[in-house]
Amino acid sequence: MRTLAARRRHPAATALLLLMALLVTGAAYTALAPSRADATIAPTVEGAVGDVDRGQELFLANCATCHGLQAQGGSAGPSLIGVGAASVDFQVATGRMPLAQQAPQAPQKPVVFDDQDVADLAAYVASLAPGPAIPEPGEVEATDDVEAIAAGGELFRINCAMCHNVVGSGGALTQGKYAPPLDDVENRHIYEAMQTGPQSMPVFNDDNISPEEKQQIISYLDHVNTTPSPGGWSLGSIGPVTEGLFVWVGAMVLLLGCAVWLGAKSS
Amino acid sequence: MSTPAGSTAAFTPTSRTARLSAGAADYLDERIGAARLVKGFARKVFPDHWSFMLGEIALYSFVILLISGTFLALFYVPSMTLVEYEGSYAPMYGVTMSEAYASSLNLSFDIRGGLLMRQVHHWSALIFVAAIVVHMLRVFFTGAFRKPREFNWVLGVVLAVLALAEGFTGYSLPDDLLSGNGLRIIEGVILAIPVVGTYITFFLFGGEFPGETIIPRLYILHVFVLPGIILAVIALHLALVVAHKHTQYPGPGRTNDNVVGFPLMPVYAAKAGGFFFIVFGVIILISGLVSINAIWVYGPYDPSPVSAGTQPDWYIGFVDGLLRLMPGQPEFTLAGFTLSLNVFLPSLVVPGLMVMALLAYPFLEQWVTGDNREHHLLDRPRNAPVRTGIGVMAITSYCVMWAAAGNDLMALAFRMSINDLTWFLRFMFFVLPPVAFVVTKRICLSLQRKDRELALHGHETGRVVRTADGEYFEVHEPLSDTERWLLVQHETYRPMAIPPKAHEDGRKPSVVERVRANLSGFFFEDRVEPVTPRELAAAQHHGEHEAIEQPTGDEAARRELTSGTPD
Repeated sequence: MRTLAARRRHPAATALLLLMALLVTGAAYTALAPSRADATIAPTVEGAVGDVDRGQELFLANCATCHGLQAQGGSAGPSLIGVGAASVDFQVATGRMPLAQQAPQAPQKPVVFDDQDVADLAAYVASLAPGPAIPEPGEVEATDDVEAIAAGGELFRINCAMCHNVVGSGGALTQGKYAPPLDDVENRHIYEAMQTGPQSMPVFNDDNISPEEKQQIISYLDHVNTTPSPGGWSLGSIGPVTEGLFVWVGAMVLLLGCAVWLGAKSS
Repeated sequence: MSTPAGSTAAFTPTSRTARLSAGAADYLDERIGAARLVKGFARKVFPDHWSFMLGEIALYSFVILLISGTFLALFYVPSMTLVEYEGSYAPMYGVTMSEAYASSLNLSFDIRGGLLMRQVHHWSALIFVAAIVVHMLRVFFTGAFRKPREFNWVLGVVLAVLALAEGFTGYSLPDDLLSGNGLRIIEGVILAIPVVGTYITFFLFGGEFPGETIIPRLYILHVFVLPGIILAVIALHLALVVAHKHTQYPGPGRTNDNVVGFPLMPVYAAKAGGFFFIVFGVIILISGLVSINAIWVYGPYDPSPVSAGTQPDWYIGFVDGLLRLMPGQPEFTLAGFTLSLNVFLPSLVVPGLMVMALLAYPFLEQWVTGDNREHHLLDRPRNAPVRTGIGVMAITSYCVMWAAAGNDLMALAFRMSINDLTWFLRFMFFVLPPVAFVVTKRICLSLQRKDRELALHGHETGRVVRTADGEYFEVHEPLSDTERWLLVQHETYRPMAIPPKAHEDGRKPSVVERVRANLSGFFFEDRVEPVTPRELAAAQHHGEHEAIEQPTGDEAARRELTSGTPD
């Protein structure tokens, strides 16, 4: 203790102390941080088990031009190290990747790869570094439990509706980007989108929205997409703009037509 | 009032029904003077034209609003007390919400006919305002606001503004997410009023937004104060129509001093009554088939979330559009106080100016024309090119504001950048209205020239005739007197003389005089004079003159052809 005290004014003391503090913080973080998905389990897509080697071949042939030979990224595409299998499944299995051209946002195109290809690509990317895994079918199943749907609706309105609209009809973002409509999206992909935050979407990780809550959101969306509109034709469920349009091009045209007809009757 | 006994004696009803009705009429007449009312009112003549029924659409949808609104008021609870929803709409089960929203959900799902009534009420509200706008455009473009009807135009503008207020207060009542977002914008707008904004919002909301009093307050405005005022103004509006007599379109036999049409009883009453049921039927049909304001998808109001695609109903859309068009820069801090001109200008100043312009227009036009006569014959829009141009300019700028309110949905639907679209619309806001004015004015003038041509030379028949001499000419068919009258009956104004540098008494012309002369020049510099009888005679004489010069056999045939006898 005395030697330590004697050397406390040594020029290296500050640096040493900082180093020790960093080590302690780092060790504590490693010990306490919530563990992310496990890369050792091969991802499965609709039952197809991924194969890392085949995935790498597919990657080199289809993705490496933009994402780099080691998936390290470049000027044309981001690094894929640590994005996880969930991200690959979302981007490739919804037809967003491979990208046709640089645009404000990757549009959805016809899907190029089959389930096995997607599983292989996911396995390869997951093998690079740990990242969010593809959810199990049980995790993304929509329930018809009323309270889960109601809770999901509330979560959706608070977290999602400002971009996707209250019933998931979609909405515009800045500079030509947009939040797509959610009426024709597979449950698995909704879950993965929340998990990985593709494009402009923020990440809603498990600390933010728990897996159970994610499932409630999926249940809510499933409910609004499968329930017929109680009031009749919904006009796209995008609010008062289409209602106003309908009043002018539907109702007013009809009423003016009636007025013209009645007026013509006299003369 | 004491004479009806004599009249009944003169007419002896034969059947039992006739005796009964005669007795009833007599009874009423002796007590409330029904005969005089019927005589004065039932024989009142109204001209007949489809465009005179536009105001009726507004009136009838207002009646439907009163009926459906009464039904809704029986079940709606204007309270912001929080309750847990236990009704039959599953996705809201157990959600905490205001009683107002819960009762609106009950109206939609648990009360028989409630959803239909809600949709009837909302659709007819949208139709009510749309019909007011269409009616107002008809009155404007035909010049029906001219003396003596300026005050009725003013009343109409007041009604339109009241309708917007009534619509907005109703939009806010269900207390769902959409209506709450709308209220939040209104709060922001009021806050932007310099100096007094914060005081007014606290006064209105009873404290911080949203508070617990705004729904009951809007409710009493929506179901009592505003409809009461609207009813009173409608009564005045219609009373003035009766007092002034209805305007009519020009035509043979129609003058400034008569009204050609049908009496109220029975023709017009039957027609108007029938039209009421048509309007009612159309509204019920639409309400039964098309969903409007699906409050259940929006969820209860909560100040934190805002949904994409949050817009007001169409008639408030222009204000929302102005807010979206306005750049954010003009917000200043002056001596510690924020001056939000970026909100104040588009949401209050510009709409205020628009209403002022509407109120002022009849008086302005009268000042410019200096015409102090009464006008009961309507203008054809083409015969008032500058007025028509101004009208189309107003429609155009309104449409740009309107489009801006849907900029996010347009950007989404057409895969455009919302930023570029907004910039485009900002430019269009300044570029399109003047272009619309010039184009419309030119079209009007061209149509007037076409009318002149037609009045002077008749219809082109497309029949080209070759005479034996080898001369070609096209056969023109002269107009009938009725057709020609429509084209030549109107008058044009001429611009006032530019005031001289100094009047004869040495007084310099005032600024007002010069402005008036300049405006008069702006209105009437470009004009097409209607055909005068002398011009018409000359044109006809021209044809005859040719005929006299060459009285050959061929010419005789030609004269026969040009005289418009049927082949």
